[in-house]
Amino acid sequence: MKIDPNCRYRSSHEYARKDGGEIVVGISDHAQEALGDIVFVEMAEPGKKVAQGEPLGVIESVKAASDIYAPVSGTIAAVNPALQGDPALVNKDCYGAGWLLRLSPSDPAEWDGLLDAAAYEKECGKE
Amino acid sequence: MAPFAGYDMPISYPRGAVEEHLLCRRSVGLFDIDHMGQVELRGAGADEFVSGLVSARVLDMSEGEARYSLLLDEKGLVLDDLFIYRLRGRWWIVVNASNRASDLAWIRARAPEGVIVDDRSDDTYMIAVQGPRAIELLDAVSGGAVSALRRFTAGEIVVGGTKVLFGRTGYTGEDGGELFFPAVAALELWELLLAEGEAGGIETAPIGLAARDSLRFEAGMPLHGHEISPSINPIEAGFKWACDFAKDFVGRKALEDVVAAGPSRRLVGLDVTGGVPREGFEVLSPAGEAIGACVAGMYCPTVKKYAANAFVLPELAKPGTALAVSIRGKPRDAVVVKRPLYLPSYRR
Repeated sequence: MKIDPNCRYRSSHEYARKDGGEIVVGISDHAQEALGDIVFVEMAEPGKKVAQGEPLGVIESVKAASDIYAPVSGTIAAVNPALQGDPALVNKDCYGAGWLLRLSPSDPAEWDGLLDAAAYEKECGKE
Repeated sequence: MAPFAGYDMPISYPRGAVEEHLLCRRSVGLFDIDHMGQVELRGAGADEFVSGLVSARVLDMSEGEARYSLLLDEKGLVLDDLFIYRLRGRWWIVVNASNRASDLAWIRARAPEGVIVDDRSDDTYMIAVQGPRAIELLDAVSGGAVSALRRFTAGEIVVGGTKVLFGRTGYTGEDGGELFFPAVAALELWELLLAEGEAGGIETAPIGLAARDSLRFEAGMPLHGHEISPSINPIEAGFKWACDFAKDFVGRKALEDVVAAGPSRRLVGLDVTGGVPREGFEVLSPAGEAIGACVAGMYCPTVKKYAANAFVLPELAKPGTALAVSIRGKPRDAVVVKRPLYLPSYRR
């Protein structure tokens, strides 16, 4: 299981990574592994405002559909267009080419409440 | 791993269900399908008994032939689907694991004196070898015995010193076959097939339940409990071709009524946009009314479609008809498409 040390995490396995003034959101390596082959990704439209913990969209694997939740509040700035044609990018490179969307955060303080890499690793160990 | 009809079976192996599916379509997949049941019928009167028991014509089969059939109840509903082999002095019938006990009880209750009904499931192992290079791999382990057998025929071959009944059939839409042999040789044969694939440069890997399902689904083959079941008749499911109305068989009268009146619904394939349709999801009419439910649905890796099978009114069954499937509360476009999505290689 790979854990990107530059990311913060939710216990529901989304990651958040700062990039300029925006937050890149995806799912962790642990999550993509558990879901299995991902065959469909649908995220909310850019421009939509979401509160922390609200659904951002859905990822469907061969086995099941899973909701994805906002790690921080903000406005969706962009969704990854590559996933429409190749949802398996989430399996292949979840922290890189398989990112889900970018948020413009509305409350910078929320970042500090997310799990850091060490805390997230501990959390995964409990499962 | 998942429990399946009393067996623990892998949903997928480490390479993942999608890659397993594609690998079977381009080279060779191995299927550990020991869960399938095998029933042997023999003795005086066995031929006529089998003919009256199953929907398909069987008395014209020659020794070594294999044929698909249905097992129906008196109402013409589908208790199971079968692969029937006519062997020397016996009938070898492959049944679904989940129906093994009920099929056996059904058959035994009807077998006349003199017909022996032998459940061979426990002492028989079954491995399927499927894919465009399957025959090449099987020839390599059998001294070239397999390519001599035509599609839908069976013969005895020897693999690694073990006598194997080989049937050139399958459940993927690819060429290949199914191997029946004493359970004690299972591990040895499994490893031999993998090793021969490696040595011969024939990409060969095990396939789990998820890809087994998507392979059969794309190729238009039914899975009992989904496209056929004890609440579905073969006419509405598109299996009239597996029913021989020139002979008597259990369920025939009921089916004649269905044929005369026309089926009240038909099985269709749906090409869905905007999500993965799954079993149980509602199908909606153009007016938005719920008109049924998907009996199966999934992502199809070869044709790269999200597709479902569903029963709809005959007037909505024409390819091109625009319906919808409700996915997490949202209607998503679903167009009726011709089945199968993937034409089996041996039918091209």
